[in-house]
Amino acid sequence: MFKEFRALNDITFQVRRGDVFGLVGTNGSGKSTMLKIIAGVLEPSSGTCTVRGSIAPLIELGAGFDPELTARENIYLNGSLLGYSRDFIDSHFDEIVDFAELRDFLDMPLKNYSSGMVARIAFSIATATEPDLLIVDETLSVGDFLFQQKCEERIQSLIDDSHVTVMLVSHDTSQVERMCDRCAWIEKGHLRMVGPADEVCSAYRSLGD
Amino acid sequence: MTARSQARTPDSGQVRRSTLFILQQLVTRDFKLKYRRSILGVVWSVLNPLLMMCVLTLVFTNMFRFPIENYPVYLILGMVLFNLMSDATGGAMGSIIQNAPLIKKVRIQKAVFPIEKVCFSVVNFGLSLIAVAIVMIFFRCAPTVSLVALPLLLLYVIMFSVGIGLALSALSVFFRDVMHLWDVLIMAWNYLTPIFWPQDLSAFLTGISNQWIAHALVIVEKFNPMYHYVVYFRDICMYATIPGLRENIICLGFALVSLAIGVIIFRKTQHKFILYI
Ligand SMILES: Nc1ncnc2c1ncn2[C@@H]1O[C@H](COP(=O)(O)OP(=O)(O)O)[C@@H](O)[C@H]1O
Ligand SMILES: [Mg+2]
Repeated sequence: MFKEFRALNDITFQVRRGDVFGLVGTNGSGKSTMLKIIAGVLEPSSGTCTVRGSIAPLIELGAGFDPELTARENIYLNGSLLGYSRDFIDSHFDEIVDFAELRDFLDMPLKNYSSGMVARIAFSIATATEPDLLIVDETLSVGDFLFQQKCEERIQSLIDDSHVTVMLVSHDTSQVERMCDRCAWIEKGHLRMVGPADEVCSAYRSLGD
Repeated sequence: MTARSQARTPDSGQVRRSTLFILQQLVTRDFKLKYRRSILGVVWSVLNPLLMMCVLTLVFTNMFRFPIENYPVYLILGMVLFNLMSDATGGAMGSIIQNAPLIKKVRIQKAVFPIEKVCFSVVNFGLSLIAVAIVMIFFRCAPTVSLVALPLLLLYVIMFSVGIGLALSALSVFFRDVMHLWDVLIMAWNYLTPIFWPQDLSAFLTGISNQWIAHALVIVEKFNPMYHYVVYFRDICMYATIPGLRENIICLGFALVSLAIGVIIFRKTQHKFILYI
């Protein structure tokens, strides 16, 4: 009925503990698909993916947010889906709200929030924990520049202080060069290059020349 | 192509995934959304079965005149228990499709969604028991110690509903037709279960002129789990009897068969959900 389509084909790489690993590639190349396999949302049709440790996936922010519920209610709902316990959310609640800077709007239904405000809450919940692996998929491009900076700082502090392993997808190659040690370039489902972030990024950029 | 399972160590310490907490959060969400922006709110869960019972009592006492004592009590007991099953299975059926956005974004035990809908129906059933109590008090139909068997019956009906709910939620991912078909089936099932007509078939059947239909009905009720559950419910609530071992084994048997079938269908198909939702 359908023509078989492989979003990812024959890709092998390793990310070591404490690495900050970038993924670049043009739209539709399979970066998000790769992250979803790593996060365990998708199963690979063949091959394996092994992750050691806990994961905080920021693949699409605000999964499980219900627009009819208030921000407060959504923090608990989303937190439960991310695997947090009630005690954990209770004790980190103020931290989450302060980081998102939305204390005045806590009891407003989420449907009245702008997409940037939703992203703030979502990022803030997802990074309330110190995971072993943090997965970030172009999620930071929604908020305003101040919040983007704040997010980058938060990720940087997780890297510096807690030695979190990070996988980052971004269209901003300068951000990838700035934050990542190593990087993979995936193009149309095939692995083009793996190596030091600056080398891979400059090769990727030369695509436009 | 073979899919191999991924090795993963469990989440650490404080951040422990708690399926129970997810269930509770989802039930709370459904509960809040159901009653948001209605003035009487949760009172409707009690009022609704009461009003339904009034309408049906009016209709059936004037049209059919079944020889049933305390007819309103008889009616509301059957209605409330059947609704538990039909709400639970109907809700569970669409749950995987409804939660597609979530399933595509978060790693989560997918069976949580149909089971959550069953839990939600149980909460509503609990509220409708208040309506049952009101009717029983009104008609001076005092409950007896036989009520202690209620948790047992609830367990059977919940297991039965979870089984059907799991199966329906999985099948409707691949064939949306299931959803349309189930509505019709539930309606037919509702009429085939003695909710408003006498559960005592031997007395009821002498009034039916076509003997073929009479025999068919006896056989159908033997294999109708809802017949057994409804009769059980009335036995403990209004007839002051605790069903014997035989009846309990039958009720448990239906529940286990349903649960087994549901779990098998769900487990065999759940890894393919994401490709169809
Ligand atoms: N659920 C799906 N069903 C079919 N094709 C999909 C699905 N999700 C993604 N794809 C396809 O897989 C390819 C890779 O998508 P994606 O990983 O989102 O790319 P990227 O994130 O690199 O832009 C695209 O061609 C997309 O059309
Ligand atoms: Mg993408």
